[in-house]
Amino acid sequence: MKDFVSLTINGQKVKVLKGTTLFEAAKQVNINIPHLCFHEGLSLYGACRICVVEIEGRARLEPSCTTLAEEGMVVRTNTWRVRRARRMIVELLLANHPEDCFTCERNQSCELRELAYDLGVRELRFKKGRKYHYPLDLSSPAVIRDPNKCIQCSRCIRVCLEIQGVGAIDFVNRGGRTQVLTFFNKGLNNVECSNCGQCILACPTGALREKREVDEVWKAISDPKKFTIVQTAPAVRAAIGEEFGLPPGTLVTGKMVSALRRLGFDRVFDTQFSADLTIVEEAHELIERIEGKGILPMITSCSPGWIKYIEHFFPQCLEHLSTCKSPQQMFGALAKTYYAQKIDIPPEDMYVVSIMPCTAKKFEARREEMKASGFRDVDAVLTTREAARMIKEAGIDFVNLEDEDFDEPLGISTGAGVIFGATGGVMEAALRTAYELLTKKELKEIEFKQVRGMQGIKKAEVLINGLKLKVAVAHGLSNARILLEEVKEGRSPYHFIEIMACPGGCLGGGGQPLPTNLKVREARANALYREDRNKGIRKSHQNPALIMLYKEFLGKPLSDKAHHLLHTSYVSRGLGN
Amino acid sequence: MKERLKQILNSYHNQREALLPCLHLIQKEEGGLSEEIALFLAKELNLPPVEVYSVASFYSMFTVKQQKAKYIIRVCVSLPCYLKGSDKILEVLHKELGINSGEVSADKKFFIEEVSCLGACGKAPVMLINETLYDNLTPEKVREIISQLKDENSTEEYSQTGL
Amino acid sequence: MKIVLRNIHKQGYKGDIESYLKEQGYTALKKALTLSPSQIIEEVKKARLLGRGGAGFPCGVKWEFVYREKEFPKYVVCNADEGEPGTFKDRLILENDPHLLIEAMIICGFAIGAEEGFIYLRGEYFKAYQILERALEEARSKGFLGEHILNSNFSFHIRLYRGAGAYICGEETALLDSLEGKKGQSRVKPPFPTFVGFKNKPTVLNNVETFANITQILLNGGEWFAQIGSSHSPGTKLYCLSGDVKKPGVYELPTNISLNQLIEEFGGGVEGELKAVLPGGVSSSLLTPDKLDVIMDYFHLQEVGSMLGSGAVIVINKDRCMVDLAKRCAEFFDYESCGKCVPCREGTKRAREILVNITRGKGELKDLELLKELAEVMFDTSRCGLGQSALNPVRSSIEKFSQEFEEHILKKRCPLGICSLC
Repeated sequence: MKDFVSLTINGQKVKVLKGTTLFEAAKQVNINIPHLCFHEGLSLYGACRICVVEIEGRARLEPSCTTLAEEGMVVRTNTWRVRRARRMIVELLLANHPEDCFTCERNQSCELRELAYDLGVRELRFKKGRKYHYPLDLSSPAVIRDPNKCIQCSRCIRVCLEIQGVGAIDFVNRGGRTQVLTFFNKGLNNVECSNCGQCILACPTGALREKREVDEVWKAISDPKKFTIVQTAPAVRAAIGEEFGLPPGTLVTGKMVSALRRLGFDRVFDTQFSADLTIVEEAHELIERIEGKGILPMITSCSPGWIKYIEHFFPQCLEHLSTCKSPQQMFGALAKTYYAQKIDIPPEDMYVVSIMPCTAKKFEARREEMKASGFRDVDAVLTTREAARMIKEAGIDFVNLEDEDFDEPLGISTGAGVIFGATGGVMEAALRTAYELLTKKELKEIEFKQVRGMQGIKKAEVLINGLKLKVAVAHGLSNARILLEEVKEGRSPYHFIEIMACPGGCLGGGGQPLPTNLKVREARANALYREDRNKGIRKSHQNPALIMLYKEFLGKPLSDKAHHLLHTSYVSRGLGN
Repeated sequence: MKERLKQILNSYHNQREALLPCLHLIQKEEGGLSEEIALFLAKELNLPPVEVYSVASFYSMFTVKQQKAKYIIRVCVSLPCYLKGSDKILEVLHKELGINSGEVSADKKFFIEEVSCLGACGKAPVMLINETLYDNLTPEKVREIISQLKDENSTEEYSQTGL
Repeated sequence: MKIVLRNIHKQGYKGDIESYLKEQGYTALKKALTLSPSQIIEEVKKARLLGRGGAGFPCGVKWEFVYREKEFPKYVVCNADEGEPGTFKDRLILENDPHLLIEAMIICGFAIGAEEGFIYLRGEYFKAYQILERALEEARSKGFLGEHILNSNFSFHIRLYRGAGAYICGEETALLDSLEGKKGQSRVKPPFPTFVGFKNKPTVLNNVETFANITQILLNGGEWFAQIGSSHSPGTKLYCLSGDVKKPGVYELPTNISLNQLIEEFGGGVEGELKAVLPGGVSSSLLTPDKLDVIMDYFHLQEVGSMLGSGAVIVINKDRCMVDLAKRCAEFFDYESCGKCVPCREGTKRAREILVNITRGKGELKDLELLKELAEVMFDTSRCGLGQSALNPVRSSIEKFSQEFEEHILKKRCPLGICSLC
């Protein structure tokens, strides 16, 4: 067969497709070649040189990530020369790396530390010449950059440019003076960074991390004057178990609720409640626009990374965005108004914490527009990882906790709210509601499989009352860009577009446990769809707590009160600032 | 400036090959890349702004902080010039101008840079002042050149050509 | 025997088009246009001309690879980013006989089927830039360059492109990236530029000196050329003599000349007493006086553990401290590393630090072992030639002048009183 090549790796015959790298070929004989700059889904960079192997007849070692298998090649991945080279490269990196592993955020998930250990580096022969004094980039409320821990593998640069189409960071200067910086070193918050945090997931060390808000939250919990409320996003329950050693895709909703209660929160609520609310408001907005009153396509607005992206890159398209706040912000606004009145606690004494799979939510919570009650809708945002740290710090044996239920009423949700956490989920939830609103008939086939899955852009047509509703779903901002170019040029064929900043949707968010890769994302998505199937009610507009909310407080969808509390506006930002 | 840049951009059909020629012009005319011009180039070339900044910072002939000196003195410190006494040439320059390498003199007139081989090793040691090459240098010769440059009373911001 | 410098060495030769035309200028191009591309390539192959940039790849084979590619457009690129310390031959050609290069590039374009060429010129070569601009204009106005060259169907354009101060851009793939308006960082090889070059199209990339041989090869035939100089790498070579030598300069000599002849007969002898020679610039390994008989071609220099590189012969006398010089070389590479791959970026940094420490009396004996291992790992794993050869002078100094290093380390003393140990 001419499409295959045969080669020998460590004495074993291997047959692989032409065009396969040695790195991939080695996996066939169960050899995992150590690597640093290689990262799933990104272009090949070939710069760390950790993955070098010996090839017979070649004067030098060759990187297995960029070398293609050739007919008759004889490859050795584990010789003295290879091991010596790999160790020395790690030593070289360590000679330029701070020694503060004890206090490093990535202590448990540092690939450099792991490599040093696995490759048997037990002595650091190079003296440290450089003192570590690069200033940290603390400008952003979401993502912190510590150049001192950067090993310049370019994974963050590549994910930002290739997956997210943003390009907020790049190498600056040359040689040993190279640093990863923003435009004119203005800081992440002052350039077109979307705060999505995908760079954190890509970083092998502690050079990128979320801005911690753990201590602010501890302080509020222990403040007797504060009534603390926590809300948890759907994607968190499908991932937080990983931080406690459970396999990806383990659903831990009940344990998470009971752990949060044990941390001392006064109420444990569910962002899925406000996800349902978002759907009801958004579906009504869509119907209003379709019936001739607004601009189409309408685009979802629940992903704050996406919002910042469009504000920078497509400011001329802002009117296409749904005016709905994200579920996190809707929740905060209602907690400090509706719920505050209900339990008779003044909003200034309320402290709303959200646990999110997302770093951009930290930015969103600080937006000036997000103060419906006169106070910030959400006071603190913790990533899934930060929440897990708090649970560990409190000594809670997470895995063995008994399941508990969310508090009522803001903890009641439907299956439609659950799937918000996966790409296509908002679309599917909206379709379930819009169909019934428009047809006044019961939707039997409620699973819209065409919008599920990890394909970058998904398209579907749904026939509702004679209207062929065209929808599209994109996740990862470079996929979003493709749909947005169409919108910008006025040739978008869709009525409704769902966009999530992160690959896989929220479950692949920048605040999720490490590692987050395709396999893990798929497992988390399956967990969410499982939870949806197990819910008694699977359509947002049937959420009984929501029906009560409208009856008692909001009146009807898109009412003046709803507009005031639950809808928002956007800022035109442009590039380079 | 933007008009002149547009000419270069057009001659390269707004492809990114235009970037280095543009940066050369900016360096010569403005002494360094500013945020505003970088954004302009990014937009014209459809590049992330940071990439323009990144490319400019990679090459030692470009500066991203404005280096407003009238004379840029580039002294070769590579081996052949070192063997012929480039360190003594530097010493004289540092003393005569009262600045170290990498610094701009108080009157904004001189900037000293240590550079790699200038391709005139047969006449080492050498230095480049703006676009003029000075070779077979001796400490005396350097003092003479500098005193001439110090004396002349030109109001011109940048020397256009030294040929 | 002068091939490349045959015009330059003539009295009163000015290098403008009038002078050039008087010296058979553009007759090779006229001849080429009467030949088929494969005939031209055959002639260059017969000449066995090896690339003069340093790698020594057969020029005719390179042209043939590109000629055979089915992808279009194709490009001709001249590497005029002369930057290897001790090399100043290309500058001589560029400033004094620019048409020699231009004519060769046009011929190359015709042979491989390209319509566009670039001269990537060292940014610091201000004078050469002006001269080349003028020469290109001259060639255009005489109909040697542009549309329908000499009324043929062949059109070819040359663009002058300036580098901006980055030694690494002399590496061919880094040069291509730089020519595309990017940072000059090496690409993954293979694929080689002959297949995937400028803008991912097939590209011939040759050094100035390589091109400068082409017109004479075409006029006199490949066989004539192949008989000149050493049989391993025929022709002449421009040797750049610098450092502690009485008459530094560029010398064009047949490739079968010995190092001793070069220094004594042409360079007027050593200034002082000979200690060592870097025969191929600061990325080559040192040769000691016992190796002076070596023939100065690619093959023989490799045989004695060094390399010809671009022909930068740097002579070092006995007043020089080898630790100090090794440190200098390491500093150069630390400054010029592009920073992309770890072994080069971090390795050059550490090598410099270790050597600085030794010159300050803070070295340890085990540092020398570490440097040697570092040199080997950098050779094994660096992405491009810069890192692979960066520590050659350092490693060879340690091997050949170990006593000097040990004195710095153990006795905290520089035997030549150059390093200020304290």
